[in-house]
Amino acid sequence: MEDIKQVILDYVIEEYVEDEDEEVTFDTPLISGGIVDSFSMVSLKRFLENKYQISIPDEKASPEAFDTVDLIVELVKEFTAGK
Amino acid sequence: MFNIGSYDERIKDFNWSISEQELGYKPGSVINIGWYCSDRLCEMGGADKPALIWEGFGGKEKQYTFNDVRLASNTIGTFLRELGIRDEDRVCIFLDRNPELYLSFVGILKIGAIAQPLFSAFGDESLHVRLENAETKAIITQKKHVSKVRKIRDSLPHLEHIIVVDYDGKRPLQEREVAFSLETATPVESLEIFPTHAESPSVLHYTSGTTGQPKGVKHVHYSLISQYLTAKWVLDLKEDDIYWCTADPGWVTGTSYGIIGPWSMGITQCVLDSGFSAEAWYRFIEKNRVTVWYSAPTAIRSLMKAGDEVVAQFDLSSLRHLASVGEPLNSEAVIWSEKVFGKAFLDTYWQTETGSMMISNYPGMRIKPGSMGKPFPGITAAVLDPNTHEPITETGRIGLIAFKPGWPAMMRTYWNNEATYQSKFVNDWYLSGDRASIDPEGYFWFTGRDDDVINTGGHLVSPFEVESALLEHEAVAESAVVAKPDEVNMEVVKAFVVINPEFEAGGDLELKIMNFIRKRLSPLAMPQEIEYVDSLPKTRSGKIMRRLLHAQEWGEEIGDISTLEDDDA
Repeated sequence: MEDIKQVILDYVIEEYVEDEDEEVTFDTPLISGGIVDSFSMVSLKRFLENKYQISIPDEKASPEAFDTVDLIVELVKEFTAGK
Repeated sequence: MFNIGSYDERIKDFNWSISEQELGYKPGSVINIGWYCSDRLCEMGGADKPALIWEGFGGKEKQYTFNDVRLASNTIGTFLRELGIRDEDRVCIFLDRNPELYLSFVGILKIGAIAQPLFSAFGDESLHVRLENAETKAIITQKKHVSKVRKIRDSLPHLEHIIVVDYDGKRPLQEREVAFSLETATPVESLEIFPTHAESPSVLHYTSGTTGQPKGVKHVHYSLISQYLTAKWVLDLKEDDIYWCTADPGWVTGTSYGIIGPWSMGITQCVLDSGFSAEAWYRFIEKNRVTVWYSAPTAIRSLMKAGDEVVAQFDLSSLRHLASVGEPLNSEAVIWSEKVFGKAFLDTYWQTETGSMMISNYPGMRIKPGSMGKPFPGITAAVLDPNTHEPITETGRIGLIAFKPGWPAMMRTYWNNEATYQSKFVNDWYLSGDRASIDPEGYFWFTGRDDDVINTGGHLVSPFEVESALLEHEAVAESAVVAKPDEVNMEVVKAFVVINPEFEAGGDLELKIMNFIRKRLSPLAMPQEIEYVDSLPKTRSGKIMRRLLHAQEWGEEIGDISTLEDDDA
């Protein structure tokens, strides 16, 4: 799972972090911290679905579930389990 | 007792002079919104009263009294003047919701310059077209957003100054950039207020239409007259209130009712500058004992989605009045808010162009959930027949929402686009671009837009702008953009694209296109769904039939398709 964590973190930094000096880690709040807004969350969800060949139902894709890379990894695990 | 008293009594013999008198304004004399929002309150004995309670991410807090607002706006105004900013120069505010945004707005107005607030999530292309159109002379921004300005500055010859409010010295400033910090600047005790008059320009907000580039809506200092009175009568703001307007001042609600209305009344307001979560919002209300809350249907529906149990974890008993704006407030949300907060959110209707509330539900008036309410006193509103542009007298029949021009906050023109401004008037009515019907008791009921503009989360997105940006992506040969229904945001952007043959349709390309639009325009404009098609439906003259695609998304009757070039598309 470390690899997934890093992949997602790298993607978040590359796509959503505007301030090049801002330090973002696995537990940095993304949604409540204002790094990823609710509209952009759709593109992050699409990235995860494409990358890990999963489908995350809308009711699971809540701002709370996407708030940190750690939480996102938990969500991805839920849908990749058994694959 | 509510400020408005009886709506039925107020509409008799109404005159805007009520507001002029309360503000001590005499027609023909100086009127400067910046002064009204700071110095005047201090002169009236309110210097030590809290004006702004600000909370940023991680619970970081700052508080400003009205005297602090006076001093900070003096300091910013002086700094701008020293840079060479003069009256009617456009100064863009491109900041997150931090205190400098609010204080800069007041400072810009005090020196007679025009404040041009822009939503800080805008991408470089969205920023460019708005700065270019306004020939903006200075932009006030922050480290986080300065890279977007750097990308476009070379093609903006009028942009002389890029002011960075949180410069930390870690990286060198570049061409035209200058650092300014309110924390280290020496407070300026005295600033000569520029003697603006009723028709002097004050604020330039940009809004999107179906075609063409975004339009700069020019407002004037006299707008204060209706912003003050609507804040008083519709939001029912009172001396001891703690007020929270959740709108970003990059949009008109955030300035008309997130700065001008409350501060001209000397009201304490709170600002939360962090991402959305139901818990964070309820905690903010509880902590600050918010009494009046002005929010948006999208936020209310998101709170509904988070569930009633979350509400129960907080003490929200301080709330006494709730109002909503941005898009029609569905009856379910009204009923839900009454159930969980003990008060209904009252819907208000107005636009960037109107500058202040036009049709509202008023405290003390019987509320019909789902209705827009009734016209504000002094506002003549009607629904017009789309063909004759005459008022419809028959109740329940849908027509175009229109207003008789002449209220104080009405836009004065579209910046550098007088022809489009003139096209908004027919038979001496201002056409809003929205449709509604009126019931037998005079309540207005919103039915939809009269054009293709997409209202997503209360913000207007131009399909033309998104389509133009899509064509800049190497994979896209043709595109059509329409609204798609959405449970929370009412509408979201959906794009139909024809891709160039060398590209492969699929999820990866879809994501690339989505991110391309998000960064160039804004997250709001990013298509939430992209559908690949072989061709787009067009008229015989080659115009894309958005109507057909829209009908398909909304499950509506397609209507007359006899003009389609290819009805298999």
